[in-house]
Amino acid sequence: MTRIIVVGNGMVGYRFCEKLRKSAAGSAFEVIVYGEEPRPAYDRVHLSDYFRGMTADDLLMAPRSWYAEHDIELHTGELITEIDREGKTVRTHNGRVDHYDVLVLATGSAAFVPMMEGTERHGVFVYRTIEDLHHIEAYSKKTSRGAVMGGGLLGLEAAKALVDLGLETHVVEFAPRLMPRQIDDAGSAVLKMKLEQLGLHVHTGKNTQAIEGNGRLEGLVFSDGTRLDVGMLVISAGIRPRDELARACGLRVAARGGIVVDDSMRTDDPFIYAIGECASHNNLVYGLVAPGYEMAEVVVQRLNDETSRSFRGFDMSTKLKLIGVDVASFGDPFGETPGSVPIAFTDTRKGIYKRINVSEDGKYLTGGILVGDASAYNILHQMMINRMPLPENPEALIGIGTGAREQVGGGVGDLPDTAQICSCENVTKADIVGQVTEHGATTVDDIKKATRACTGCGGCTPLVNDLLKLTLESLGHTIRKSLCEHFDYSRQELYDIVRVTGARTFDDLLDSHGKGDGCEICKPAVASILASAWNEPVPKLATIQDTNDRYLANIQRGGTYSVVPRIPGGEITPAKLIAIGRIAKKYNLYTKVTGGQRIDMFGARVDELPDIWEELIAEGFESGHAYGKALRTVKSCVGSTWCRYGVQDSVSFAVFIENRYKGLRAPHKIKGAVSGCIRECAEAQSKDFGIIATEKGWNLYVGGNGGARPQHAKLLVADVDTETCIKLVDRFLMYYIRTADPLTRTATWLNKMEGGLEYLRDVIVNDSLGIGETLEEEMKALIANYECEWKRVVESPHLRSQYRHFVNSEEADDTLQFVTMRGQKCPADWQKNA
Amino acid sequence: MKSLPSNTTGVATWFRAARVTDFPADGGACVRYGNLQIAVFNFARRNEWYACQNQCPHKMQMVLSRGLIGSQDGEPKVACPFHKRAFSLKSGQCLNADEDCLTVFPVKVEDGFVYIGVPEE
Repeated sequence: MTRIIVVGNGMVGYRFCEKLRKSAAGSAFEVIVYGEEPRPAYDRVHLSDYFRGMTADDLLMAPRSWYAEHDIELHTGELITEIDREGKTVRTHNGRVDHYDVLVLATGSAAFVPMMEGTERHGVFVYRTIEDLHHIEAYSKKTSRGAVMGGGLLGLEAAKALVDLGLETHVVEFAPRLMPRQIDDAGSAVLKMKLEQLGLHVHTGKNTQAIEGNGRLEGLVFSDGTRLDVGMLVISAGIRPRDELARACGLRVAARGGIVVDDSMRTDDPFIYAIGECASHNNLVYGLVAPGYEMAEVVVQRLNDETSRSFRGFDMSTKLKLIGVDVASFGDPFGETPGSVPIAFTDTRKGIYKRINVSEDGKYLTGGILVGDASAYNILHQMMINRMPLPENPEALIGIGTGAREQVGGGVGDLPDTAQICSCENVTKADIVGQVTEHGATTVDDIKKATRACTGCGGCTPLVNDLLKLTLESLGHTIRKSLCEHFDYSRQELYDIVRVTGARTFDDLLDSHGKGDGCEICKPAVASILASAWNEPVPKLATIQDTNDRYLANIQRGGTYSVVPRIPGGEITPAKLIAIGRIAKKYNLYTKVTGGQRIDMFGARVDELPDIWEELIAEGFESGHAYGKALRTVKSCVGSTWCRYGVQDSVSFAVFIENRYKGLRAPHKIKGAVSGCIRECAEAQSKDFGIIATEKGWNLYVGGNGGARPQHAKLLVADVDTETCIKLVDRFLMYYIRTADPLTRTATWLNKMEGGLEYLRDVIVNDSLGIGETLEEEMKALIANYECEWKRVVESPHLRSQYRHFVNSEEADDTLQFVTMRGQKCPADWQKNA
Repeated sequence: MKSLPSNTTGVATWFRAARVTDFPADGGACVRYGNLQIAVFNFARRNEWYACQNQCPHKMQMVLSRGLIGSQDGEPKVACPFHKRAFSLKSGQCLNADEDCLTVFPVKVEDGFVYIGVPEE
């Protein structure tokens, strides 16, 4: 059996193992891997996610058990220090000697640290490994200002990490612009502006001369004599290939570093390959992961005696989101192709820069740059690599002139079959279309599973989706908004069916209008419809609800639940505050004030929930419905009762509104707010419905949203009296409940509504459909039927008996684990399959 | 009423878990067997019973008994309430992601009691 030793267990080294084992001759090799880092290969590309709650284990490419399952001998924390090419052995730092038939060098790169004074000081870091991140995180607590040296791709990633750590962050770049390899001066100017708006400080054209401080870093001194006071510095000035092993054993190394390889990734020793960032192909070292993956694939093919696949250089086009700003660069971004002509435009107000370069004959794209809005990247990139003929007015491709939309939209269908849609997994258009036409794929998930497209960076998902729709349509499928495989109807249609047929249970509806046994998508959707249409008490719908609705509490990490009593309008008496404190203390619950002006108690075991609620109800509390797709809170500011600016009593109105709609079930959660004057302290314009006091009455806003895609609510009607305001909110909410798709917030619902706000205003305010009164009646019925779900549970021995972890034992779950944080209990970190 | 997941030849012991009435129709509940947590599902709509490990292999949470059950192309499944990983109740295979397979156990119902076929402790 051929014995392969892989030196280096990074992303590319791992990929090689994965591809090799999957290949035809995969089992004909013994595979031994040496990695110098303490843990198995992890996703370095998403390193900065580590500061946003990802753990080191989440970042692993595969758990340690994967290597064992695939019969791969993995040695972590063991550095290869010597290669004996004569004897075909390697030696590790603790003296182990191991024999190879074939050696694959995947040693990667190290951060490049420029020669300058002071890089050894405390507070100076590089950004490369999880250990680097640990050090950065620990040190960041000692200072409030940090700098990143290097404004390239990695540098900006590092800057994001510092921002996430809460530091005032400065980026120092030697070149006159940011990302000098990917974008031009105009693009950099827009990027810089956007980053500065996000609170970053950008210094370009700065040559750092010294890192000053007394033992510990205190500041940077630049060649122009200026100085920047910072407490820590992350150097991200490029990479240096790890070629020292190759050098020491006499392999050829490029002048600028990197192990020299041919098109089959072979070094000048026929038994040694080099892949990834340590390799130099045609005098180029590739610092991205996609070319490294391609190199790994080439070596796997060679080991399978397949000689057709060679490494022929790699398209360095890239699209990324840097600190929330889209940046893309493709082909020849700077227009260095002789004769090519740039077309560009800048929208400084919106922070958008787009540039395409057109060949001399005007027929093809040669490259381009997108900053601020890279939505056109996929199609432009495809047009370029497939040499698709340009339309008559190529400027329309970047949204200049008329007819821009149609031209870009039509693009997917025009792509040649060979077009590479997913570059991470090398999936072509023909592969994807074939899945639909030959293998009956109807969803993006089907295609993902069959081809692995979209499973790497995910950037191709929109293209795959477009292709899927287009192909399905060409096959004569009408694209229906069916809920799932069990119901061929949209939520709105099902709502109408329920009202008309009088269906009262999930099984009724499934028997009459569905097929199969239901699933986690249709069950909660139908539960929501039944709750809205008939005001069925939610505990009666228990087994078709998501766990939050089933147990009337929010499941949290570790499997405990949180408890949120309703505090209408955020108004609470001192006695009730004390009651919450007493109960939380008794059951050892973690408490936190929520964004909706109430108090959340975390860490309750499922068997404790009824007891906790019994005590809360005895103190006069009701369910807060934090677990439901339901009305959450109506936030308020203190208004005219206390505030010297207030023009209306916003608290009283908020309390009234919250009590009016409490318990209301909807396609998604609903949040409201009432502000007592134009200063808008309740932030009503970020809510599903927001009411703002005026001198004459109330302004009613609808369709606002916080969350991942914040959106301001739109003014539905101005200066209405209290009664009218309530009537219009009744109609608005009922219309939303009737017509929105499942899990669609009002903002998205309104965005997708044909005719938009004007249409909505016609229906709600002008009653153009003549359904105003019906909507009000339906709402009235729902309000009249309100009951506190927790009261029902607490009073019913049968319902209470559902609240236990084991059905055959009174014991609690003994696998729950907690740690202490700032004097309160918190769940232990996610465990990982080790 | 009987059930059919996996073959029952390897069963060492039939463990009497609880009464049929302890399990909600078309839902699940968790059973303790020594140190093992087993999720048991009363798939009333199909007149079938299933059992599998209670721990979801994705984030190692003891919650599968609280998941929604249903079917995918006729295959009975349970979806984890945390991140909606779905597993076949027959084979234990993950149906929508690359997760480890669940251990499944045979179930039989006799005289109003639910029995789970478990390996010798």
